Amino acid sequence: MESTSETVPKKKKLAKIKNTNKFGYYFILPFFLVFAAFNLYPTLYTLYLAFVDISGFNLEGNFIGMQNFSYLLTNNLFLQASYNTLLLWVVNFIPQIGLALLLAYWFTNYQLKLKGQGFFKSVFYFPNIITAASVAVIFFTLFDYPRGPINLILMEVGVLEAPFDFFRSAFATRSIVAFIQFWMWYGQTSIVLTAGILSIDKSLYEAAVIDGATAWQTFRRITLPLLKPITLYVLITSLVGGLQMFDIPRLLTDGGPNNSVETLMTYIFRQAIEGGRNVSIAAAASVYLLILTIILSAVIFFFIRDKSEREA
Amino acid sequence: MMNTNESKQKKQRILIYIFFGLLTLLSVLPFWIVIVNSTRTAEQIQQGLSLIPGRNFFNNWQILRDGGFNIFQGYWNSFFIAFSSTALSMYFSSLTAYGLTVYDFKLKRPAYLLIMFMIMLPPQVNIIGFYRFMVDLGLLNSYIPLIVPAAASAPTVFFMKQYLQTIYHPALVDSARIDGASELKIFHSIILPLMKPAIATMSIFGFVQSWNNFLMPLMLINDRSRFTLPMLVQLLTTDTYTTQYGSLYLGISLSIIPLILIYLFLSKHIIGGVTAGGVKM
Repeated sequence: MESTSETVPKKKKLAKIKNTNKFGYYFILPFFLVFAAFNLYPTLYTLYLAFVDISGFNLEGNFIGMQNFSYLLTNNLFLQASYNTLLLWVVNFIPQIGLALLLAYWFTNYQLKLKGQGFFKSVFYFPNIITAASVAVIFFTLFDYPRGPINLILMEVGVLEAPFDFFRSAFATRSIVAFIQFWMWYGQTSIVLTAGILSIDKSLYEAAVIDGATAWQTFRRITLPLLKPITLYVLITSLVGGLQMFDIPRLLTDGGPNNSVETLMTYIFRQAIEGGRNVSIAAAASVYLLILTIILSAVIFFFIRDKSEREA
Repeated sequence: MMNTNESKQKKQRILIYIFFGLLTLLSVLPFWIVIVNSTRTAEQIQQGLSLIPGRNFFNNWQILRDGGFNIFQGYWNSFFIAFSSTALSMYFSSLTAYGLTVYDFKLKRPAYLLIMFMIMLPPQVNIIGFYRFMVDLGLLNSYIPLIVPAAASAPTVFFMKQYLQTIYHPALVDSARIDGASELKIFHSIILPLMKPAIATMSIFGFVQSWNNFLMPLMLINDRSRFTLPMLVQLLTTDTYTTQYGSLYLGISLSIIPLILIYLFLSKHIIGGVTAGGVKM
């Protein structure tokens, strides 16, 4: 690489580069200005708001220390929202990663040689691209009571005798929200995992075939262990996204019934924008959300890393 | 031995295809039911399910219009925001990636680490401060807060930088530099055209992400004529349409059809982008 530009006299070249390097600052400046104005400052502002007592239409607040934070820890709706958010993420993620691994295993299985993979990948990914707000309203109408399409089908085939009001049942509503998350994301996860498997060194598989390993054995002993970094990536990005779930619960039932799908983000939004406009409470809840995200990501990171080290 | 093994595999393959077929139905059927129901009357919809379109499309359309559901305004608003923010994001992400790739300066590494750090931060945790800041600036009902922040998209910079590293070589710009072209001109005339493939991939994701954004416009916009598409969809859940099922379904259909069309044409690129970058939308 160096030798091609060697023809240029060395001194002149150095002078030129010294001259142009300051453009590095100019070129990255717009990014960091926008970042400072629309990201860094709002973050610090949120932090400030969490320590004062702004609510209603007040513009100024008094410093009240940790009061907002301790209030939230005794607030049932906030605790319920935290629990719901975690529950909805876990319940959607376990089947999601399970199905995605299975699909990735099939997509990459050299003995099966499945056809139409491009088509199936596109179809499985498809729900992900549709506006989450529209998806929520679609499921809202599909599960409508008493004569929505799902009730009609279930009565037609005899599963139900009378129509069932899904959105009055906490269990059904939670299941529907978790299912929507699962349904929108398993395609994406399976594509990422497939790409991860295909990037594993082929010679490992050739060696396994020579040793007479079955496809399943190769998957268990070679693919899964080497897939850990990508699984970790999928887990953490899914967690970060899942903890911020908003569109689906908001538009499906607006958190109901009995706050069973109230999430941290629907709670924060409700506090800040609606009703009492408890801006400071919402800000403190955002800080908790950030802390929760960091702690859980770290736990997942160290758990997976330690486990792979012990096995190695 | 070989024969039983092969027939076993054939059986397995057929079972997998059946399973794939079921998942395909699961992906497509909800949307199909919605689109078909948008052409049927409220009575037909309540009487039973159909997978064949009806003839009530025009009637549903009129009821929808009369209820104040201005889909074309929504399309335009969403398109304007998504297009502008994507253009800004692509230009400044490429510029930032270029600055971080070809020049050597003291703060290069800290700047890059900061960008990596930003990728991992959950984007919505500062919305309360963001909202108050926009109120302070008098930017409620303005599109500026929905467009300008896209100029600082950390994941896009990261992707652009990865791409640039694979194609950039100092010899590319040497002759232009000797000719006395300015650094910005070099970027515009030589680098940007080379980055087209990366820009194409990332702009699809940037556009769709902005188009689908619900929380930010919901917080900042309350003037009905400035509603984006997801906000219009929200209107469908209000009382006006609760019994007008055909129109309700038509409203949903109109909100998803542009994306379905985009996907029909670009799904290969999109799947390629997901495969390449693990892009998370």
